[in-house]
Amino acid sequence: MSTVKPKSPWKASKTDRLREAAIFLFAVTFSFILVAFTGLSGKLGYFLSFFFLYAAATGIRSYLKYGMATAKDSAIKVFIACGALLTIIPIVSILATIISKGYKGIRPSIFVNDMSMATPTDPISNGGLLHAIIGTLIMIGGALIISVPIGILTALYLTEIKGKFEKPVRFLVQAMSGVPSIVAGLFILSAVVYPITKSSSGFMGSLALSILMIPTVARTSEEVLNLIPQDLREAGTALGGTQWRTVAMIVLPAAKSGLFTAVILGVARIAGETAPLLLLTGGGDAVNFNSFDNPMGSLPFYIWKSFLAGSEEAVTRAWAGLLVLVILILILFVTARILSTRKVSR
Amino acid sequence: MSTVPAPRLITTEPRLSDKIFRRIVTAGGLSSLAILGLITLFLGFRGFEIIRNEGLSFITSSDWTVSYDESGNVTDSQFGLAAMLVGTILSALVAVVVAVPISVAMALFLNFYSPQWLKKFLTAAIDMMAAFPSILFGIWGFLVLMPSAEYWAKLLNKHLGFIPIFETNPYIFTRSPFIAGMVLAIMIIPIITSVSREVFSQTPLDRIQAAYALGATRWAMIRAVVIPYGKSGVIGGAMLGLGRAMGETVAVYTVLNIVFQINWHILLGAGGNVASLIILRFGEANLFEIKALMAAGLVLFVLTLIVNALASLLVRKSGGSGR
Repeated sequence: MSTVKPKSPWKASKTDRLREAAIFLFAVTFSFILVAFTGLSGKLGYFLSFFFLYAAATGIRSYLKYGMATAKDSAIKVFIACGALLTIIPIVSILATIISKGYKGIRPSIFVNDMSMATPTDPISNGGLLHAIIGTLIMIGGALIISVPIGILTALYLTEIKGKFEKPVRFLVQAMSGVPSIVAGLFILSAVVYPITKSSSGFMGSLALSILMIPTVARTSEEVLNLIPQDLREAGTALGGTQWRTVAMIVLPAAKSGLFTAVILGVARIAGETAPLLLLTGGGDAVNFNSFDNPMGSLPFYIWKSFLAGSEEAVTRAWAGLLVLVILILILFVTARILSTRKVSR
Repeated sequence: MSTVPAPRLITTEPRLSDKIFRRIVTAGGLSSLAILGLITLFLGFRGFEIIRNEGLSFITSSDWTVSYDESGNVTDSQFGLAAMLVGTILSALVAVVVAVPISVAMALFLNFYSPQWLKKFLTAAIDMMAAFPSILFGIWGFLVLMPSAEYWAKLLNKHLGFIPIFETNPYIFTRSPFIAGMVLAIMIIPIITSVSREVFSQTPLDRIQAAYALGATRWAMIRAVVIPYGKSGVIGGAMLGLGRAMGETVAVYTVLNIVFQINWHILLGAGGNVASLIILRFGEANLFEIKALMAAGLVLFVLTLIVNALASLLVRKSGGSGR
């Protein structure tokens, strides 16, 4: 006695796959032929002719097999996939360019030297970006100290207090996330640098960066705090805790890793900000640990200065700086993703 | 005789610790209001003199000149933002027009077409792209994208040159608003994609299933259910992108050729952007001109604030009824 073998009619059969491969090959070959014999040329020509041919071919096949509605469906599927591909191309291109151009400028010496005895147009072996890395880290640290408490308090206001300003505050945080970075720089320039300190320093950069960081921290933390089950808060209150103790001892610890993610995303947002630093930090070339005095270098400023210097060595320097900056951002980003996969910790 | 203890007073009055806690949190919550208010106040305060002197011509004229006598005093000055405003809007619009179809396609792909493993990977890639620094886009755009984009611009000019905005005279294609718009488009694709993806993913499942049950193909379902449901959200996302594109500084500065002349021809290598004007002039500006830059910053700030406000209203309103 034989058992009936289960069928799965929705799955593509072997002939279907073969047919799809054939259509794909057809589109590839014909796009080559089109480019060779008509006015189309270059990568754009290949790309366009391939996609239109592929869309047309899949459309016609579906039309022959199922009719008009399916034909439209499968042709549009190709266009949507094409849109997805168009998003990936720049990402791949950017990463490939940074790595291929940046690695030439990466050598151990750049991590121990600063630019106080070198100019961007010198050979790579002179000078380095130690001052920039230290400056960036100090400025990020300053921005963290200011924006993490404010950001998390804003999120707490939106999730725990839910006062009468809840809606306007949510709206304003949203609006604040759209403040152009140059405006943040100008604001610190007009409100702090001119009337009070009268000189550029790393801390001014931190102030401007925290304006840009607060909305990111606030919005991500709000999402995280909303994920904490209401039961936990009720349990805290039922045990006789005041709201303050419930939030501090139960809600915040429960949301710990999520809040950490929020902070890291905020740092990733500001790590590469350039415009406010150009206005505020003065961009020193020597290692400077004092955030309140003297110009302070930073990675974006270093990249900017090297890029504008224009010679081949200088541009290689800029790419190397970009590579270091992007690696820094990627590390932050991957950490945030790993943490955010478990939003509620025990 | 037994004494009856006085009844315990039961109130909803919060304890002192809670009162303090609430005050602190409320103060923190209102800080965004304070910061936005202070930005307006300070930029307005510094730029007031210029705006008063120039009046309406601050946004209608396009001259930006300052002249000094020997001792460094300002003898004559004209500040007009018109060319920069036109350039800002032009390059931001190019960016939105290019980015929206691509982002919507990407969002639809992620929600309704992509297999699960690819979806995870693509979402991570897009989030990562959102965190790339703008200076990276600027330098990449200048060194890598510009040669290709120039070629595209020439093609557009050759085949669609009869449409006024694609005219190019003189025949210069480098560093045009079109190329700046391309770079900006790549920068705003992540934000438009993630807003659209979010909105599309909230489409009620019962409507999707109903459409399938009525025999709709995937595209018919998307057109009948998903698009009407998510339309205003997508528009809101596009406006968020527009706001970002208008405020972008460094990327535009590296790619665009800044010229103080109103230019509506997107392929011509001359344009402007309020934010990059500020960077361009800041280095050599004296205190008087910096006031004008503050005023320009205020205009930019108000402009982006309006666009962002409209955007967040639209995103929140999304989720209207489908067909």
